[in-house]
Amino acid sequence: MALWAVPIFVAAVLITGIVKKVPVFDEFTTGAADGLRACVKVLPSLVALLTAVSMLRASGAMELLTAAVAPLAQKLGFPPEVVPLALLRPVSGSGSLAMLENVYANYGVDTLVGRVASVLQSSTETTFYTMAVYYGAVGIKRTRHTLAAAAGGDVCGIVLSALAVRLLMGG
Amino acid sequence: MLNILWVGIMLLSLAAGAFTGRLEPVTNALLAGGGEAIKLALTLGGAMCLWGGLMRIAEKGGLTSLLAKGMAPVMRVLFPKLDPAGPACRAMLMNMAANLLGLGNAATPLGLKAMAELEKENPQPGTASNHMVVFVVLNTASIQLIPTTVATLRLQYGAAAPLDILPAVWLTSFASAIVAVTLAKILGSGVARSHQCGNEKKAGPGDAGRKKKRAA
Repeated sequence: MALWAVPIFVAAVLITGIVKKVPVFDEFTTGAADGLRACVKVLPSLVALLTAVSMLRASGAMELLTAAVAPLAQKLGFPPEVVPLALLRPVSGSGSLAMLENVYANYGVDTLVGRVASVLQSSTETTFYTMAVYYGAVGIKRTRHTLAAAAGGDVCGIVLSALAVRLLMGG
Repeated sequence: MLNILWVGIMLLSLAAGAFTGRLEPVTNALLAGGGEAIKLALTLGGAMCLWGGLMRIAEKGGLTSLLAKGMAPVMRVLFPKLDPAGPACRAMLMNMAANLLGLGNAATPLGLKAMAELEKENPQPGTASNHMVVFVVLNTASIQLIPTTVATLRLQYGAAAPLDILPAVWLTSFASAIVAVTLAKILGSGVARSHQCGNEKKAGPGDAGRKKKRAA
């Protein structure tokens, strides 16, 4: 489906554009220029964010945090092998993808650990990155209750990923 | 909030680096982070141009207003008091459609356009409006029908049926999105109430915005 989504969408956009006599090339370049401006606007927040995230990953803080959280996770029925992924997921997209490959290589894909990791990676997002980029693009300084609500959703996603795999896939 | 989070992560990294004896890699990461961001921005920039351009054609061709008409009932629930056929809703819908289809590269530029439209209608520029919070939270919760990247990786690592995780993914992502949006709604109304009193409930943020404009 994803394989077809882009081609079909692009074809539909172009065909309706031509049928409705839209000056497609001019409109495309105007829109592209807007896109470029938005990208330049996001750049400062990206620098701030990615610097902090790469520092965090280099510091070993994630390992310390994992060691602290793992026993609690196990008590809640969450596989401790997936804890590093759960902690990294909201912070770094590329980092959590590398961590997912690591889980697959070490514990297999069709195991409880591999499945929970897959569901977790698929059903949550890089919260910190999304917040910084979206708000950074329009210069929002006060994000109010965004972080609290987003973190609530993330915690729910983490807890549910283990529950859903046990419930729907029999572990 | 972003201030505290950002400073917190940096200081935590420095402290943890000192504690684990990895202060040197932390410093290197600090110095190299900017370059990485520029690299990412270049990749993102291409996608932003492409999707910005296509979105513009879709707008002019009437595709987005068609989508907006169909989705108006949902948008009214998520974003009350926002014109379901207006530019902000249209851009948000395109972003959500891209997210549902697992097209992350398209979702970000469309989402940023939506944020720009929302900021135009924001009574308090510089402070996130309730609409923005709900929209950003919808994006951080990531509702996805087909997790393309994960499915590809699962196939590579020899999964018997790479997509057998779908029901679990749907359950988890929809439930966490509902929790996140509900939290955003509850906390949003709570803040509004604590800042104003009595029958001025809804007028508060607008007043502040108007005062700011008058002062300027």
